Amino acid sequence: MSDGGQARESGGAKDREHEPEEQSATTGEETSREVLDDVDELLDEIDDVLEENAEEFVRGYVQKGGQ
Amino acid sequence: MATPKFVGVETEYGIAVDGPTEVNPVLASSLLVGAYRDGGDRDVRWDHSDEHPLRDARGYEVPDAHEPVVDDELGLANTVLTNGARFYVDHAHPEYATPECSTARDLVVWDKAGERILEDAARRAAASLPPGSRVLVHKNNTDGKGAAYGTHENYLVPREVPFGRLTRQLLPFFVTRPIYTGAGRLGTELGGEVAFQLSQRADFFEVEVGLETTLKRPLMNTRDEPHADPDRYRRLHVINGDANLCEVATLLKVGTMLLLLDVIEDDALPALPELAEPVEAFHQVSHDLTGTRPLRLDDGTTATALEIQERYLDACRRYVKDRDSALDPGTADVLERWEAVLATAASDPRALAGQVDWATKLELLESYRERHGLAWDHDRLKMVDLQYHDVRRDKGLFHRLVERGRVERLVSEAEIVAAIDEPPPDTRAWFRGECIRRFRKQIVAAGWDSLIFDVGGEALQRVPMMEPGRGTRESVGPLLDSVGSAAELLEQLTS
Repeated sequence: MSDGGQARESGGAKDREHEPEEQSATTGEETSREVLDDVDELLDEIDDVLEENAEEFVRGYVQKGGQ
Repeated sequence: MATPKFVGVETEYGIAVDGPTEVNPVLASSLLVGAYRDGGDRDVRWDHSDEHPLRDARGYEVPDAHEPVVDDELGLANTVLTNGARFYVDHAHPEYATPECSTARDLVVWDKAGERILEDAARRAAASLPPGSRVLVHKNNTDGKGAAYGTHENYLVPREVPFGRLTRQLLPFFVTRPIYTGAGRLGTELGGEVAFQLSQRADFFEVEVGLETTLKRPLMNTRDEPHADPDRYRRLHVINGDANLCEVATLLKVGTMLLLLDVIEDDALPALPELAEPVEAFHQVSHDLTGTRPLRLDDGTTATALEIQERYLDACRRYVKDRDSALDPGTADVLERWEAVLATAASDPRALAGQVDWATKLELLESYRERHGLAWDHDRLKMVDLQYHDVRRDKGLFHRLVERGRVERLVSEAEIVAAIDEPPPDTRAWFRGECIRRFRKQIVAAGWDSLIFDVGGEALQRVPMMEPGRGTRESVGPLLDSVGSAAELLEQLTS
């Protein structure tokens, strides 16, 4: 499909990088730092709970079609 | 004045067994369903006598479709729970069909209860396999390798509403609702470059209208099997939606439909432009994260998915304003959330994270991808996509987000836990569930519209339940409380 590029272009990191910059007040900076810390913790947790052999598991994940 | 609506949702869960021995998915699903027992009691069988999956809403019976007749004949597990749900093996998946609910919020509660039932059943099933085995269950709709499995919504609609009107007025709605119903996925089934799309199911749809559910999937399914009085009702079987984990997404998926079906029943939907190519448009909407891609209409103009949704929202708002002097809180909540979600989707779609599944998952995928510098098609990213749907609350990534307060909740933990065992009080599911709880030994089979008792007489006795709104706690609770046995109940019912 030709619209894949659209999904990809609008994907991403770029959008979120702007968010902290838009907040200028001190409280805003504190909030965004908290948000980033929270995201960091979340990503740490994903690394902890993600299936150990993720690549192998994903490759072996084959379902029969259903309804 | 539109009639009361009822809804139930069937979900086929993904299943994988990891361990020393290979277990095929049909056996694994059967083990899983069989492992979920109420204190070792005998299962109540499913009653198939009223099922006609090949009857078509357009008015004929298909002699040979690809819909196999399965389950009981093959000895597959197939049971009915005290909460009024059906829990069974369909194709090669465990399937949970919620009890009939009268509101979208109730549907959220009993759908969430289903996730817990699957989580519990998977843990029990693993214990019956060789040590080191794990049974992993995902509330998703595709393996990303060409297979899709369903989440089907079922709505009770009066028979007199013409099927053609339903089709015409619902198609543009179905095509554009992935903005909030999409569960999101990496990649595409259709070739080309798609990093991420809104819907798990969209790529698998090939035709506008049809009876099939496994091949040539249609946007509008014509199965005509009401599981209720066939002269009065049809069951609208909607197969184009995704399985949702976000409570807000489930509420909107079902709540908007319940409302829109009232509008259509009263023929109060203003003329809306029809899509020139609904199936292609469904794919396009799914592949466009912004909701702003122009879709071709049959009058030669275009409209975006967001614009089409706005038109439906406006029509529903006008309808309830004319109909209801005082808007009930449940409908008001659906309308407010629908409006809010469309407004957010228009200004900053990614801000839907925490409310709808695709955006919640995409935020996770983007953060994870950034941290590890992964390509969009990296297997570890695919694992994040898959594990988002894992029903285990300690491992499933959706559930980890809930735990961290990053997902909006609508119903309480206590409600979900209660709904694992208890039926909704205000539909016939209450009679079904309560009879099974009280008289399990005397019930040989149960279906959506009947219970079959064996109380030791010469013949089995069938209690028909053809009205989904009858058999509520309010109407039959006193009767059930007044009888001491199933035989006495039957005596009272037939006297």
